[in-house]
Amino acid sequence: MHQKVDSSLIKRKVTKNRLFYFIFILATLISLSFLVILIYRILSQGIGYLNIDFLRNFPAPYIDKAGIFAGLMGSIFMIAITAPVSIILGVSTALYLEEYAKDNKFTRFIQVNVQNLAGVPSIVFGLLGLTFFVYIMGFGYTLISGALTMSLLVLPVIVVASQEAIRSVPQELREASIGMGATRWQTIWRIVLPTSIPGIITGSILALSRAIGETAPLIIVGAAAAIYTIPDSFLSRYTVMPIQIYSWTARPQEEWQYVAAAGIIVLLIILLCMNAIAVWIRNKFQKRY
Amino acid sequence: MSKWKLMTLIALMLLTVGVLAACGNAEDGEEETQNEANANETENNEDDSQEEEGSEEEATVSGPVVIDGSSTVLPIMEYLTYEYNMEKPEVETSLNSSGSGGGFKKSTVGEIDLSNASRPIKDEEKAQAEENGIELHEIELAYDGLSVVVSQENDFVENLTIEQLREIFLADGSATKWSDLNSDWPEKDIVIYSPGHDSGTFDYFNEVILEDNPMREGENTTLSEDDNTLVTGIKNNPYAIGYFGYAYYIENEDTLKVLGIDNGDGNPVKPNGETIQDGSYSPLSRPLFTYVNVGYLQEKPQVHDFVKFAINNAGAAAEEVGYVALPDEKYQEQLDTINELAGE
Repeated sequence: MHQKVDSSLIKRKVTKNRLFYFIFILATLISLSFLVILIYRILSQGIGYLNIDFLRNFPAPYIDKAGIFAGLMGSIFMIAITAPVSIILGVSTALYLEEYAKDNKFTRFIQVNVQNLAGVPSIVFGLLGLTFFVYIMGFGYTLISGALTMSLLVLPVIVVASQEAIRSVPQELREASIGMGATRWQTIWRIVLPTSIPGIITGSILALSRAIGETAPLIIVGAAAAIYTIPDSFLSRYTVMPIQIYSWTARPQEEWQYVAAAGIIVLLIILLCMNAIAVWIRNKFQKRY
Repeated sequence: MSKWKLMTLIALMLLTVGVLAACGNAEDGEEETQNEANANETENNEDDSQEEEGSEEEATVSGPVVIDGSSTVLPIMEYLTYEYNMEKPEVETSLNSSGSGGGFKKSTVGEIDLSNASRPIKDEEKAQAEENGIELHEIELAYDGLSVVVSQENDFVENLTIEQLREIFLADGSATKWSDLNSDWPEKDIVIYSPGHDSGTFDYFNEVILEDNPMREGENTTLSEDDNTLVTGIKNNPYAIGYFGYAYYIENEDTLKVLGIDNGDGNPVKPNGETIQDGSYSPLSRPLFTYVNVGYLQEKPQVHDFVKFAINNAGAAAEEVGYVALPDEKYQEQLDTINELAGE
């Protein structure tokens, strides 16, 4: 009697175990298969149009002469400004909220707002950038306006990710450091930051990947659809890859869709590189603690 | 600790390399100095002899030309800026497409030199420009025929009158099924595909067909700013109808059927190069414009130079990208007006 009950219980647990195993496999397969379809379609359409000239040419009305050089350089320059601005601001904010701020109503108010900001539609940030950077600061429709708008857009994500990373640093480490006579800043610089850097970087790269693929806010702050110069200063006019791709997909002629696909491949490669850097940094630092 | 420092160092180095790459390009540097030299020269010229213009000036034009506006006009403008850049690489053209209305928002406050539009300027936009002391001069670049289309699979409709179009598209129109228009046609819901309300294409249709009355909305109506979405929707549904620029019809000729439009004289006309150009495809044949800021036309030699180039090549551009060119003499007329305005 006793034994019978036991075996049926075990059986049920085993079935349940198997059931969830299949559910998870299925979930993974569904997302994977969409990814595969996407990549297959993009590759099969775009690979024929992807060559060195495509990378070197400016936009053109002719399919065989069109290229993504202006967009590629624009995106790289934009990220070169957006990354330091948003990471420095974001990590500092996170450090303040986690290490310095008292746990009172005001802090919680900020917390909730930051988290809500992360979900605000990107077009709203575009309008903010238009009012603030383009008009009030007087930067005009230039690279710096676009890059700063993107910084604002990704800032909440970076703050939230950094907060999580900082919070996961064991309290004992901080206490030990303070106990050894280190100041709070010394503790942050020598203990907290090095320990939390993998999480911070992962969050930042994900956020920046979003920035590099954004279209809507940049249309508002004036990224060009066709331009034949690459930025040579903060106040240059510019374009970015997603804008170029978007303007190609809207063409009536079907072949432009393939050119757009080639553009998407370039964009994916850049994203892949950024993610690879993130993984590399994470692995390098994870070994330390 | 040293690793942390190393990290910082590497990051700094990467940044420096990025900045260097941004400005250190040898060719760029040269060009810049050249541009500066050019700019100086132009200044000197102006100082020395105000009256001496023309050939001397044309050889040295440089500086930015900023263009924004309609996405319908974008392909023509892109052709023009591209060809112009081949000829005069010193002039930095930049071309955006934030829609006809978006373009006017910028041109009426003097932010841009040229404002593309797929509809004429509205009165309130004109008033806005006047308030800011800005005069915008209209240039016709090409014609487009708004094409009313159904799927190739649709075997019952060939022509529609303006009146029927109103019944289909108006919010209080009487036709929701094809059989409401003609008892021989199937008793199926009419599915509408229309450009979004921000587009100049919708504005034009709204003005000439709907006469500013509200358009039908609801479950059988799809609005999209992306014309390719409209094309896909219509070609797969025999009971769908929609409208967009002529170029989108031409590219999908084998899956779409264009309808003849009867403007009341009992003689339906289909859009094609001829009927659009001579205006017999009325009232849906529309001109595509660009508006130039007259002040900048006079002050900035590169704007004048580009506008001249644009008018001279607009016909070729229109045909290359699927629109219809104006008659030659119309381009010539506009060129004369521009030169007059620029004070030549």
